[in-house]
Amino acid sequence: MNWTWFHKWGSPKWFYEMSGAWLRALAWAAAVLLLLGTVWGLAIAPQDYQQGNSFRIIYIHVPAAFLAQSCYLMLAVAGVIGLVWKMKLADVALQCAAPIGASMTFIALLTGAVWGKPTWGTWWVWDARLTSMLILLFLYFGVIALSQAISNRDSAAKACAVLSIVGVINLPIIKYSVEWWNTLHQPATFKITEKPAMPMEMWLPLLVMVLGFYCFFAAVLLMRMRLEVLKRESRTRWVRAEVEGRA
Amino acid sequence: MSFASFADFIAMGGHGPYVWLSYGISAVVLGLNVLLPVLAHRRYIADEARRIRREEAAQ
Repeated sequence: MNWTWFHKWGSPKWFYEMSGAWLRALAWAAAVLLLLGTVWGLAIAPQDYQQGNSFRIIYIHVPAAFLAQSCYLMLAVAGVIGLVWKMKLADVALQCAAPIGASMTFIALLTGAVWGKPTWGTWWVWDARLTSMLILLFLYFGVIALSQAISNRDSAAKACAVLSIVGVINLPIIKYSVEWWNTLHQPATFKITEKPAMPMEMWLPLLVMVLGFYCFFAAVLLMRMRLEVLKRESRTRWVRAEVEGRA
Repeated sequence: MSFASFADFIAMGGHGPYVWLSYGISAVVLGLNVLLPVLAHRRYIADEARRIRREEAAQ
């Protein structure tokens, strides 16, 4: 097998040159999908026969919760790549993704609370799904705090990678929490093996929103990573040329 | 369209405050996720350009 594609990722300069075009494409895709999904979900999709219009919160709650978990998985994968292959870009990705993941977890928790009030009659219950999501938020805070507490870049990268990998144990707990324990939370909305439990006209806008959130995440991640690469490579000639070209 | 009028759309069948609060705060959080990196990028380029000019002037 040819591994040159993998070795390219070892070069911050190559990443910076390529990611500009990716960023533009992803930003456009995110803007179009999020706009379409929001209008579709808020105004066009029919209301739920039990929950009325409060169910429309699903169109941000579920995508944000998806992203919150996918992003943490990405942190762990980046952590493994960073520890095993000592790839600098993996640590950049890990550091830059953590705040975005934290904000997605915050959105999921907050919209969940606001949705819970009219649906369950309470903002918050200490049940398994909600508590494990709160732990996910604290794991993100842990990664962010750890990287800022250690001034040596390599030590910080290692510590954050290890914390990210250990924290992955929380992801199956979140996923199966609605099956293992009694909970107010409804079971999974997306199932790969079964037909969706929602009618198509409710489910399709949700799919659009999920795709939009993924594109949004990728675009914002690239924005942060490009800046971080510039900072870390500030002594090189190509960064200097880039700065002078832009200023 | 799921709503008969714009007023119905805003009211959301009595769930308006919950729906709009959720969408509003989420929009703010997503917006910050875009705005903060853009501002940080601009600030960094400006600071670095100033540093390079100062170094060149000192030589």
